[in-house]
Amino acid sequence: MATSLIQLLLGAVAFGTVIMFGCIGEIITEKAGNLNLGVPGIMYLGGIASLASVFIYEGSTDAPNKILCVIIALLSAFIASALGGLVYAFLTITLKANQNVTGLTLTIFGSGVANFFGGSLNTLAGRFEQIAVPVTSSAFKAVTPLSKAGTVGKVLFSYGFMVYLAVITAVITHYFLNHTRRGLNLRTIGENPAAADAAGINVTKNKYLAICIGAGISGFGGVYYVMDYIKGTWANDGSIETLGWLAVALVIFTTWKSINAIWGAYLFGILYWMYLYIPGLTRSSQEIFKMLPYVVTIIVLIVTSLRNSKDKQPPAALGLPYFREER
Amino acid sequence: MSETVIELRNVTKTFGSVTSNDHVSMKIEKGEILALLGENGSGKTSLMNMLSGIYFPDEGEIILNGKPVVIRDPRDAYELGIGMVHQHFKLVDVFTASENMILGIDPKAKLDRRKIAAQIKEICDKYGFVIDPDKKVYDMSVSEKQTLEIVKVLYRGADILILDEPTAVLTPQETERLFDVVRNMKKNGKTVIIITHKLHEVLSISDRVAILRRGQYIGTVNTSEATESSLTEMMVGKKVELNIERPVADKKPLLLEVRNLNCINPEGLQVLKDINFDVYGGEILGIAGISGSGQKELLESIAGLQRNEKGSSIIYYQPHSRDESIDGDQLVGKSPREIRDLGIRLSFVPEDRLGMGLVGSMGMTENMMLKDYRSNGHIFTDVKKPRQLAEKIKDELEVVTPGISTPVKNLSGGNVQKVLVGREIAASPTVLMTAYVVRGLDINTSYTIYHLLNEQKKKGSAVIFVGEDLDVMVALCDRIIVLCDGRINGVLEYKPDGDNKDFNKGNIGLMMTKIDYRDTADGGKKDE
Repeated sequence: MATSLIQLLLGAVAFGTVIMFGCIGEIITEKAGNLNLGVPGIMYLGGIASLASVFIYEGSTDAPNKILCVIIALLSAFIASALGGLVYAFLTITLKANQNVTGLTLTIFGSGVANFFGGSLNTLAGRFEQIAVPVTSSAFKAVTPLSKAGTVGKVLFSYGFMVYLAVITAVITHYFLNHTRRGLNLRTIGENPAAADAAGINVTKNKYLAICIGAGISGFGGVYYVMDYIKGTWANDGSIETLGWLAVALVIFTTWKSINAIWGAYLFGILYWMYLYIPGLTRSSQEIFKMLPYVVTIIVLIVTSLRNSKDKQPPAALGLPYFREER
Repeated sequence: MSETVIELRNVTKTFGSVTSNDHVSMKIEKGEILALLGENGSGKTSLMNMLSGIYFPDEGEIILNGKPVVIRDPRDAYELGIGMVHQHFKLVDVFTASENMILGIDPKAKLDRRKIAAQIKEICDKYGFVIDPDKKVYDMSVSEKQTLEIVKVLYRGADILILDEPTAVLTPQETERLFDVVRNMKKNGKTVIIITHKLHEVLSISDRVAILRRGQYIGTVNTSEATESSLTEMMVGKKVELNIERPVADKKPLLLEVRNLNCINPEGLQVLKDINFDVYGGEILGIAGISGSGQKELLESIAGLQRNEKGSSIIYYQPHSRDESIDGDQLVGKSPREIRDLGIRLSFVPEDRLGMGLVGSMGMTENMMLKDYRSNGHIFTDVKKPRQLAEKIKDELEVVTPGISTPVKNLSGGNVQKVLVGREIAASPTVLMTAYVVRGLDINTSYTIYHLLNEQKKKGSAVIFVGEDLDVMVALCDRIIVLCDGRINGVLEYKPDGDNKDFNKGNIGLMMTKIDYRDTADGGKKDE
């Protein structure tokens, strides 16, 4: 029983880390008033960019440097994801396209591009028919000796560094949004862009920045998934998309507070994997359990709406384009 | 004293085909209180928006302290010491007062909420404001929000303050307090520009008055040399008939009988208490009261938009069924559509024009269709009649719009109201209900509306007029019901050929504030 509980926790943390990155990035984007439904697509872009770049790097040298591998993976993922965000930002801010439509398109685009190149990489990898970046993956999965320190050590320390990076990102994002003037300015744009504009805040510039940085962070979810979760390979099975939508649901679950994403993501992980540890489930009843994260999200929505608590609502101007001279 | 701080030269701004400001050249002096006066749509706000960086002029230049300046955005304006309090507050609801205060300032600095609170207190003490720095904006009253906006501008170190219709949302007492603060600011060397169209306020607060008419600058006069009529003349250009006519209808059939009307709002407050009154055709029934005394709920009850308590009754009598034995129809508990299906012609001009009355993103034609798109009986809509109606309203009411398919949200407030009133009257209602129908409208448009209401009255319709300007109500209405805290506190009737000494706004004002005017002497003493 205890072993399976630990197994569940380990699975939940790994699962939660993927969606935590996606969620934090989306929170930053939504705090700037833009609903980016392209999170799954952006996570795809981040995943494939990191995989492709380290695949080229590992193939180009006999003794790949692990630190360089990690830097290349993260940097290329961030750039690719931020570029995806930039396209979305240009369409929705400058051209004032509908945010929902643009975001969904980005998801379709990202998954198409990633699966196309993922398939090509698998072909390039040749006779193994499955791409592998063993050096990078082992760097991502490296753990400290603390993980051997009994059950506590196992539960707390047996993860690759990105698990901790996700938690730190959540804390930093929370501090930025609530305890700095720049964060306050950003939230103003999401709440009332006209007020932000009248207060001399550059709405367009800040929105662009928030969307691109948010997309970059979301993209890390894809990196973690590819490098750690599935151990440095590519699978054309649509899992990233499922995780991406869960990240969007998690944003609502956290009531737009990144600090809640830490436990919320792990909770989603527990709910998602719980079916493995409940005896006597059939294939179809397993699928019902996978719904649980969405069900709790709906419950959170209902509860916060019923309470009508003003501090737990989405940013007031979420999804609306802003044009200064509109009357 | 007469040192020019801002000079505008040939400033022009157009929106689409509408010229908002047409080569405006004017001067603003240092340390004065300047009233910017003009009718609705005369370009007051857009002119000031160009000083505050919200709009960018198409032509012309702005000269500040002798140097030409370019104000590209609000940040530029703040750096030049110009701050504007907009009519629609630019505050973030979920932030506290102090968080709103520092928006956009010095992003690199630390967010020290205690220090900011101390700075706010300093400004408040200097000018006589009261603000709780930790209060969230969504918990604030309108006047608190306005105070916050003014302090926000001062916090940014503005020397020139622009207040856009600051008194529109305030009670008379709050207005007086605001004016004290404005005078204080003047004493401290600030230049204050107040946009308004209330003449008595112009006369009581300003040093000089600048007048705009249809986007053009008419002139500036010293307030001490101005009178209400001289300012009105400059403002409207032609002599305005200041008397509202009050025609007498020959027949006055009973149309509505309201009995024991009670209403409890979602927050559990009783907003209407035992309301009883009758409505007759051929008269204008005024409903007066401090805003929020139950006017909205009363009208919505009649229109079928409110849920009323048990025992409430609103009986409608068809105008031609003069036979006493014919029963009327009960309106309580029916939806607007059920009421219409009974053949009852009610029209409602609600307070919230673009929210309840019209669809902002639709053109005039489509808005005409909303009222009767069901009536032609087949699945396709008929555009021809609504288009003719839209054209007719546009011509007859002189609606200023680029075309009848332009979204109505792009029209100015007065034109939006004309579209709405025009549509409601076109349905030839037997009962026409209007809420604050002239709010925010200029004098000419207001008179057009009064005229339209009188036309309805002459046709034998009943007009229910919820108003706020007591002078207008006294001149226009045949009877006035005064609401106070959800109750009818009194009814005044105008007698066409009798003694109308009691039919005055003093009495209405007293009734609005809970004192029965017949025992004022006693009531006044008890309060003390």
